[in-house]
Amino acid sequence: MHATTPPKQQEFLKTLPGDDIRQLLWRFSDRFDLQMLVQSVRAVARGPVARLVANGGRNTHEWTPEKNALLTDFDNSGITAAFMDPHEGGYLEGPKNLALSLIAFELAWVDAGAATCSLATHLGLSPIHQRGTKEQKDYYMNLAAPAPGKVTKRAAFALTEPIPYVGVETGILCGKIRIAEWPEGGEPILEVNKRGRFITNMGFADFVTAAVESDDPRIQGTCMVILEEGDPGIFDRGVPTRKLVMQLSSTSDPVFQLKVPASRIVGGYSVVNGKIVPTYDHGAVIEAVFRRTRVGVGLMTSAKLLSAVEPLIRYHRDRFRGSGVVVPGSPRYELGLQQKEDVTHRLLDIWAVGEAGASLGFLTARMYDELDPIEKLKDAALAEQGIGGGMSAVKYLRKRSVEAIEFLEMQSHHESLRNKARYAALEADPVIQYLVTDGQANVLCPATKLWNTGYGNKMMREAVSLMGGYGITEDCPGFLSYKWMDSQLEATYEGPEAVQRRQLSMTMINEVFLAQFRTWIHDMRRVAATEPGTGACTVASAMHLWLWTLEHLQHAKDADGAKLYQSNRQGVTFPMADALCWLLASRAQILDVEHLRREGAGGVIAEGFEGTVAFLTDLCHIQAARAAGEVARICSELVFGYMRHPSWDRSDECSTCFKEEELQQLESLIPGASGFTSEFIRIDGSHDSKAGPCVQSTGLRDFTRLRSKLDGCLAGALLAKDRAADSIQKVMIPAALDYPQ
Amino acid sequence: MAYQIIVCGGLAPDPLQTLEPVTTPTGPGLKNELMLPNVFDPWAGHALYEAANLAKNQPGSTIKVVSLGPKAKLQQVMMTVAQKLPFELIALDGPGGGFTDAVSVSKALADAIAAIPGFDKSQALIFGGWESATRGAGVVMQMVGERLGITEQFLAVDELTVDPDGALVIKERVEGGKHQISKCAAAPAVLAWATGSLPEPPNHPQTGMANMRVMMPALQKAKPTALDPAAIAYAQVALPAVTRQTRIVKDVPAADIAAEIAAWIKQ
Ligand SMILES: Cc1cc2nc3c(=O)[nH]c(=O)nc-3n(C[C@H](O)[C@H](O)[C@H](O)COP(=O)(O)OP(=O)(O)OC[C@H]3O[C@@H](n4cnc5c(N)ncnc54)[C@H](O)[C@@H]3O)c2cc1C
Repeated sequence: MHATTPPKQQEFLKTLPGDDIRQLLWRFSDRFDLQMLVQSVRAVARGPVARLVANGGRNTHEWTPEKNALLTDFDNSGITAAFMDPHEGGYLEGPKNLALSLIAFELAWVDAGAATCSLATHLGLSPIHQRGTKEQKDYYMNLAAPAPGKVTKRAAFALTEPIPYVGVETGILCGKIRIAEWPEGGEPILEVNKRGRFITNMGFADFVTAAVESDDPRIQGTCMVILEEGDPGIFDRGVPTRKLVMQLSSTSDPVFQLKVPASRIVGGYSVVNGKIVPTYDHGAVIEAVFRRTRVGVGLMTSAKLLSAVEPLIRYHRDRFRGSGVVVPGSPRYELGLQQKEDVTHRLLDIWAVGEAGASLGFLTARMYDELDPIEKLKDAALAEQGIGGGMSAVKYLRKRSVEAIEFLEMQSHHESLRNKARYAALEADPVIQYLVTDGQANVLCPATKLWNTGYGNKMMREAVSLMGGYGITEDCPGFLSYKWMDSQLEATYEGPEAVQRRQLSMTMINEVFLAQFRTWIHDMRRVAATEPGTGACTVASAMHLWLWTLEHLQHAKDADGAKLYQSNRQGVTFPMADALCWLLASRAQILDVEHLRREGAGGVIAEGFEGTVAFLTDLCHIQAARAAGEVARICSELVFGYMRHPSWDRSDECSTCFKEEELQQLESLIPGASGFTSEFIRIDGSHDSKAGPCVQSTGLRDFTRLRSKLDGCLAGALLAKDRAADSIQKVMIPAALDYPQ
Repeated sequence: MAYQIIVCGGLAPDPLQTLEPVTTPTGPGLKNELMLPNVFDPWAGHALYEAANLAKNQPGSTIKVVSLGPKAKLQQVMMTVAQKLPFELIALDGPGGGFTDAVSVSKALADAIAAIPGFDKSQALIFGGWESATRGAGVVMQMVGERLGITEQFLAVDELTVDPDGALVIKERVEGGKHQISKCAAAPAVLAWATGSLPEPPNHPQTGMANMRVMMPALQKAKPTALDPAAIAYAQVALPAVTRQTRIVKDVPAADIAAEIAAWIKQ
């Protein structure tokens, strides 16, 4: 406990963390391309986007000329072209997951509808970018890349269909393709029938990537197909959706009935025995697309939480100024509502969740940047061995996952204890590196989408609440109530929470991921050894408890003898997925602050460094404690909740009950000694008035030990909160918000 | 005519920040000054956009920006400015802000300009703002010119055109809301700009990428530049007092309000 006591004269936070701090935390301090991108996007967000929101641009469902003008701002500032490679008209080299995430973050800082509008353009192009043929990439990226004197063409992505068809479950498709004509030796012409529901960008999109299923024995399975306005047939944009949120994005239910050449099938096709066989089914395309774009959505909610900090501090401080009654210099004048502990503590909760979500999201985005080239190397390695896609690749990768686990185990050992040659071989093997990175990304991506948006939404409500009545008006500085409502959509589109939980419940039990997870527990303890104030030890203990619980649930049965951890038992798998997200977010936050502590020292950050790091460390501790609490609650509920409570009525469960006369004898020998138990049978056969004998945790001793250890780990967390609250009262904020209201 | 346009431009704290004077061991400063986000000095910004316009119309011209400020801050500010037009940065790593001494600053800038490889005074147009947004002294550009031996100096410039014969036609603000038009036969000259007439160019990411490839190494190698701390002493610093007199009126036509304000100004 003593270890977490900070030095007496701890520095406090002097100003809100600026770009120099953020660039270090989120690891783009050496990427000037991204730093420039951030400045450009910010100018658009806090300029034209904010002005449009302030002028009531959100008060209509229609896609107005004013909203449309934002597209030109996106083009001029490099937002549109950030998706493309330089040879396609872009300007950023290499993978762009972090870049696109930063765009989403900066736009959502002001308005998530604007962020969604830009994101949907990238989403529409993504199937082509990820799985398109070279010709498709060259042609459509060129159409969509802004250039002087050329009209930029825009994309939309149409998967979701009118009820009762595609929503969360992408397995059932109603959109169909048939062969309309197949000229001898020529390109088949397809007839596409697709209705979309809630399709973003439809108010202006020039082309659409749509998911469809074969309705013709001469076409196999499903695919995605590119539809252009101007193709023969119907390209009906549909009426605007009467949505309550994100009005700076365009949404409608379009209808397409078009004839297109088969070359529009994303990724191309082959003809096998007179049948068109698409290279990729729609599932394969969508998986590649969503796993990347979902990260940006998660970051949108985190941006909003962080954006709420400054307006909230200003509101609280200024609350009683200007009345004439409250005199300058008095605590009520200087601190306003910040005099009240609850106000500062709740703001810290919001801030900590914002930081943790941002850390998790940017970590995931960076991981995809790492994964992209590794995936290509892996594909090449598989191709070299004659292994194609589909099941043969899955089988091969499964076989090799043992080696990936071996690599991770070796990694957790000290260098001197490793078989160096073996380690080097595994490290250089793209398949092993792919398995390791992919195993993490498959968990981190749904975790970002699920936790950042879902829990972020709850915290956004807190933010609105802290503004009082102002919070729920259009005049609220920082547009907080819009941000709160919008975050419900972030939690829904691109796969709502249930989809993310379902994915997590499968990917988090992958042995490669779990091997990695075990090494993270050690990493957190190592951080705690030098920086106990981060709460890293708490996170490590909570990770341990989660892992124990997972292993227990995978083998345990409920009171009726039914298996607990199985895919249709969402009451078990989903809460475990939720619990994991808390841990991942907290871990990511701690890692970022540790990076900042190392890299920003020695004058790299000119002023206020210690105070900033101390404050961010305290935020980590606050969040670690909250995460530990959530994990402990969920794990206890699951471990005990499926047991039947012992009953007085079952003699076997009463076998350890004392008889009343035994207790009376004991009492006569040692007065007061009978008070240790309430589990006894009275002479008349009745029991104490409670549900039954208490649950014996035989077989669960390890769990109770881990749980009570974790409870103890919370020591110091609220001291950290008190210290951080001190900073909230003292931190200097700008004189005014840098965007209108 | 191809010019060597050199724009002197410093940094200023983002105007929306809380600017609170404090006493530091090295004299007066702003509270948490090094933590405040900075912008390119807006007056120098006008000079820079005019320079871009001139360079576009005078093929072969080059633009170099000489900037004195803390290296890390210069780098942050360049992330925006470098996306606006192609130029080369000559970074001087030293103190920025409004409390530095104008004489020492002019020396640092002039020395840096004179040391530019290939600097040809006969082609030089030295641009800057008519004052800085921080110090507001309005004297640096004249001193830079004097130190470089460039005595054709124009202050509060709003427009520059080049005649077909190569003469510079310059419109300067003078008293009474009027402009004075001068003709200067040729470079070199110093032009300290007022607002000019050009808007801020939009960001162009490709330009930014090209600029930054050269600027980042230049920033790493920025010359440490010390100013003489004893050159100036401040007796007192204070924020300008804000006085606000508000009268709430209802149902008064805008024209009547305007007339009343005009009458008050004339008083
Ligand atoms: C403004 C907006 C823009 C959109 N933009 C696009 C776009 O550009 N392109 C596009 O293709 N789509 C888009 N969508 C559609 C969006 O992706 C879907 O609405 C979303 O995936 C949810 O599908 P659904 O509405 O049919 O919900 P449903 O499928 O009806 O699900 C409703 C709820 O039921 C529960 N549930 C459903 N299935 C399961 C399960 N298996 N396990 C547990 N619980 C379950 C969950 O709680 C879920 O949230 C957009 C939607 C909106 C509102």
